[in-house]
Amino acid sequence: MSSPESSQAAISLKDLDISYGDTKVVRDVSFDVATGESFALVGESGSGKSTVLKAIAGLAPDWTGEISVLGKPRGHGTDRAFSETCQMVFQDPYASLHPRKTIDTVLSEPLAIHGIGKRSEKVVEMLGAVGLDQRFRFRFPHQLSGGQRQRVAIARALMLEPKVMLLDEPTSALDVSVQAEILNLLKRLRREQGLTYLMVTHNLPVVSFMCDRMAVMNKGRIVEIAPKTALYDGSFADPYTRDLYAASGGNPDADPEGTASHLKDPA
Amino acid sequence: MTDAPLLEIEDLRVSFATPKGPVEVVKGLSLSLGREERLGIVGESGSGKSMTGRSILRLIRAPGRQTAKTLRFDGLDLMAQSSRQMRQIRGARISMIMQDPKFSLNPVMTIGHQIAEALQVHENLPRRDLQARVIEMLTSVRINEPERVAKMYPHEVSGGMGQRVMIAMMLIPRPQLLIADEPTSALDVSVQAQVLDLIEELVTGNGMGLILISHDLNLVARYCDRILVMNGGEVVEACAARDLHKATHPYTKGLLAAQPRMQETRDELPVLDRSGGAGT
Repeated sequence: MSSPESSQAAISLKDLDISYGDTKVVRDVSFDVATGESFALVGESGSGKSTVLKAIAGLAPDWTGEISVLGKPRGHGTDRAFSETCQMVFQDPYASLHPRKTIDTVLSEPLAIHGIGKRSEKVVEMLGAVGLDQRFRFRFPHQLSGGQRQRVAIARALMLEPKVMLLDEPTSALDVSVQAEILNLLKRLRREQGLTYLMVTHNLPVVSFMCDRMAVMNKGRIVEIAPKTALYDGSFADPYTRDLYAASGGNPDADPEGTASHLKDPA
Repeated sequence: MTDAPLLEIEDLRVSFATPKGPVEVVKGLSLSLGREERLGIVGESGSGKSMTGRSILRLIRAPGRQTAKTLRFDGLDLMAQSSRQMRQIRGARISMIMQDPKFSLNPVMTIGHQIAEALQVHENLPRRDLQARVIEMLTSVRINEPERVAKMYPHEVSGGMGQRVMIAMMLIPRPQLLIADEPTSALDVSVQAQVLDLIEELVTGNGMGLILISHDLNLVARYCDRILVMNGGEVVEACAARDLHKATHPYTKGLLAAQPRMQETRDELPVLDRSGGAGT
């Protein structure tokens, strides 16, 4: 077993199979995410990309294979020490915050569970880091907009100062302009705190903005691992990936003729 | 056929009464839609685009109020219709596809039943013909084994299939105008294209008018002839879809710039200036 220092990979998955009951939904997934890297999992719904994140977070305990995070092998359930190194942000900020707890309670709770002091100062500091005004501190989630709630969800994940963040479609429930704000925030936090991201998304331009590499999943398997530069010219090896790329509109900046063919001629 | 536009709106206002006085969410919107024209309405949440769509069907509930100088559909003054007359128009002549099939289909009725009901309300048909029309409609939205799907309940089908069922239901009485309010935002990219291609094909094939409401600029540009950009209840920009990249209004430019591109070189995405608002 290697120590975190000698291991390069922040997240390492080997021959991972995940099942829900008798149904196997993810087969044979292996990849490594280097420390400080931002890695994307893309694919359509039902391809198993969120399930991979859940297995890493301990929310899908029925798996075989190997998962290790920062060099430590991962157990099958949730585990307190693990939550200090790795945290998850969920897709829907309307569903992931407790409706009857104030933002202050939500953010203090991880600190209380782990017996960390100076909670009040830490909450104030974290609100500042995610760009929320202090006046939101004692509000309830329903008094916040979608973008504000996603900021709270990100703040909650960062309270324990984890090194690895699992992001499950962090912006797909948000408007384009709000999405831009959250993506900027995530990018800044990664730079400032040296975080490693494993991000699930179906939006390929978001991958181009946020990530260094991506794995494309289809029907529970990884069909291709490609660098983000493949998005510039569509140089994907797998036919499924090429279809997905075409369905997303390709890259209109690369080829001005390509733009014209996407915009249908009204005549 | 006449040359008059299919739909004419002038100075449409929708307001809600609040303890601090009425708040206008649509402030004097005017538009006209030609026959077989496809119009896109784009804007962020809260820009009033959905309210515009709903007010065409006069679906604004109290305490909301709508007023308009003109709201004319195919020569018919919609503002002057009684609620009974409006019911005759809704579904039969103007149809609307809502955002999420999970919430707009009846969970305790089979899909076949629901589609048949949509048809029965407007036409009197013998049961055998009714069944045939339902199957025909499900086939036209490219559902395999329509007989089997007609007997299924909404929770048994996927999101994309549910949305296709919705489309079948909305198109079965052959309306003249289809309003699609974020028809694909609950769906995947790959399914999105299928559903929109289907809407496009059925709309152009049957000579219908289409109003596509969405927050996704590129998507609207791909499927519409003309685009209205809304912000704060007002139309800030109207242009032909192919001229979208030539947009002049700062808000439209901001929306366009805020989208990440396939070949992203910017370190940070430009963010819209929300002066006056609380921001996000």
